[in-house]
Amino acid sequence: MAQIASLTLYHNDEARPIIDAIIADNPGIRVMNIPGAVKLDCDGSLTVNRSSVEARLGRSWEPQELQLVLISMAGNLDEDDDHFTLSWRH
Amino acid sequence: MSVTAITPDYQKHIEFRDLEKNFHGNRLVYVHWEEHLSFCSAIAFPLPGAMPFSAFVDEVIKPHYAAHPDAGNIDWAKVVWMIDGVKTMPDMSKSLEENGMRHKSLVRFWTPGLNGFKGSAS
Amino acid sequence: MTAKKLGLKQRYAHMTRGLDWETTYQPMDKVFPYDTFEGIKIRDWSQWEDPFRLTMDAYWKFQAEKERKLYAVLDAFAQNNGQTNLSDGRYVNVVKLFLTGISPEEYQAHRGFAFAGRHLRGVGPRVAAQMQSLDELRHVQTQIHTISHYNKYFDGIGEFPHMHDRVWYLSVPKSFFDDARTAGPFEYMIAIGFAFEYLLTNLLFVPFMSGAAYNGDMSTVTFGFSAQSDESRHMTLGIEVIKFLLEQHPDNLPIVQKWVDKWFWRGHRMLGLVAMMMDYMLPKKVMSWKEAWDIYFTEAGGSLFQDLARYGLKVPKYADVATAEAEHISHQNWAVFYQYTHAAAFHTWMPDKEHLDWLSEKYPNTFDKYYRPRWEMWAQMEKDGKRFYNMALPQLCNTCQIPMAYTEPGDPTTIAFRESRFNGDTYHFCSDGCKDIFDGEPEKFAQSWLPVHQIFQGACGGPTVPDVLNWYRLNNGADNLDYVGSPDEKLWNQWMAGAVKAAG
Repeated sequence: MAQIASLTLYHNDEARPIIDAIIADNPGIRVMNIPGAVKLDCDGSLTVNRSSVEARLGRSWEPQELQLVLISMAGNLDEDDDHFTLSWRH
Repeated sequence: MSVTAITPDYQKHIEFRDLEKNFHGNRLVYVHWEEHLSFCSAIAFPLPGAMPFSAFVDEVIKPHYAAHPDAGNIDWAKVVWMIDGVKTMPDMSKSLEENGMRHKSLVRFWTPGLNGFKGSAS
Repeated sequence: MTAKKLGLKQRYAHMTRGLDWETTYQPMDKVFPYDTFEGIKIRDWSQWEDPFRLTMDAYWKFQAEKERKLYAVLDAFAQNNGQTNLSDGRYVNVVKLFLTGISPEEYQAHRGFAFAGRHLRGVGPRVAAQMQSLDELRHVQTQIHTISHYNKYFDGIGEFPHMHDRVWYLSVPKSFFDDARTAGPFEYMIAIGFAFEYLLTNLLFVPFMSGAAYNGDMSTVTFGFSAQSDESRHMTLGIEVIKFLLEQHPDNLPIVQKWVDKWFWRGHRMLGLVAMMMDYMLPKKVMSWKEAWDIYFTEAGGSLFQDLARYGLKVPKYADVATAEAEHISHQNWAVFYQYTHAAAFHTWMPDKEHLDWLSEKYPNTFDKYYRPRWEMWAQMEKDGKRFYNMALPQLCNTCQIPMAYTEPGDPTTIAFRESRFNGDTYHFCSDGCKDIFDGEPEKFAQSWLPVHQIFQGACGGPTVPDVLNWYRLNNGADNLDYVGSPDEKLWNQWMAGAVKAAG
């Protein structure tokens, strides 16, 4: 069975550029809409890139700001100044 | 001792909450009508050990199960009884105690031919 | 020239490490007396990782931002009479169950993490546990604030802290947390941090809050998702705890496995309340309990345990039984509350035809065969003026404290009865999972405060149902019984009639 890395985010205006950036940067991503939230699933790993979010947002953005729109996640987290990555790789 | 405790004399401090002596002369009895899950679980009663089994049937079991449409059709002579996991024919004239019921005994009974609403065990 | 800003990893290292010291006036073992007796062996506390790398200054900044957003919504909801825009008046019963059954456990979690934050001697986990402790306090406060608005209009809410300590079904979540909080700090971290937060919390919050959003409850969805944004950090703490313990010493594995087995099963039993809420209590449904279980336990838990297998940790014992029970548990639980509606601080109702059809569609293997006939029989009795009540008290499981309503694995027509003997007495259980937990710690569970037994012992205000309800501070005739005919329903119908009239 594929191990699924997953992020669930608010479905609101603040999260939309982040959701768009994730969809653009993670080929094969699956999107599940539920009322108020969106669940993003990827086999193996899923990355949020600072530069992709900033390009859509038009301002500087730190990956830690993700916490303001984050609902749930699955996978081992690796977070630094330029990315927020969930994966089942070691 | 199985529990992992920081208190070395943990066992001395155990408060056994449901000892028979806490029930004011009664003992706990559980009863369950099989294949009638409208009654979601077995039901519990504090009863004297000296209560005759016939009184247990007439005064405890019958009124508490009366709401079920099958209740009026029970042939009590044909009921199959199980006390604490053993199928048995209780002596109606003898007490709960004499029928082997101790504190927290479980009585299950089956009513042959009656197995719930439309046979669904409900 | 300005100084170069530190990177996230450097900043975290500066702000969390080196804050501790080796004590000299007293030996370390006396300062930290709780972190050795459980048998867990730690070689090097500095190996602890917090991948969120959240420092206290950033923590305050983000939490303040979350609070500002939340309270803006709460204000708007109250100002605009948001309670009149719910999908149906029945919905509020979900909120009542949440405030009485879940919010007090947020407070218990706050206390538990404060304890772990004090008594683990490694600085990394202490910082993380202290942040979580503050989060949990924030959760209970925001939940009380939010739901206090509903308390102005609806019954069953005002006495929630008192009820938490007394009402029969609330002893289920209460005893769950009492058990965790009376364990050592490592068991607590596995129980709440790992088994509850990581494995099961999604099942509680995500469908619950999505359900609130779908049913027009803007205030609850907002506190829910605001709390849930902390939850990702909690889940990370949970998974880091388990990896840390398993990496530190091979002797930790059997201890951790035992805790994972125990707390998975306990959590599964407690979440049966959420199963019932999703399948029966939400007027507009988001997904079935079975679907939620498949996504959040089978799929997400599967990925996780595949990962943890490298440490030798196995999928929790009886996970297969729990998965099979996902077909049954919501129906069995709603049946319990339907027949004991007179003793519950929220309203119940008979599912209508459309609702029954939805259940048939979501549970094609089981619903029509085992559960639809039960509802149809009770519906007929209601029609005949003989609404079904169970007027005896139920037998309770000595471990989970839920009425023994669960059926044998593979046979939904027969109640599962399990028992153990300890110290000359018999103890009854609803399942192999609950029996195993008792057998592992009989000294602890022989002390269970079982509401039914306490009533019989004379500890709950008196022998009759009204005596006990009075002792619960449950307002008989308003807080309890069916939604149909309740003051809640009357109020809701007035609002709806007013809206129709205003619309012309």
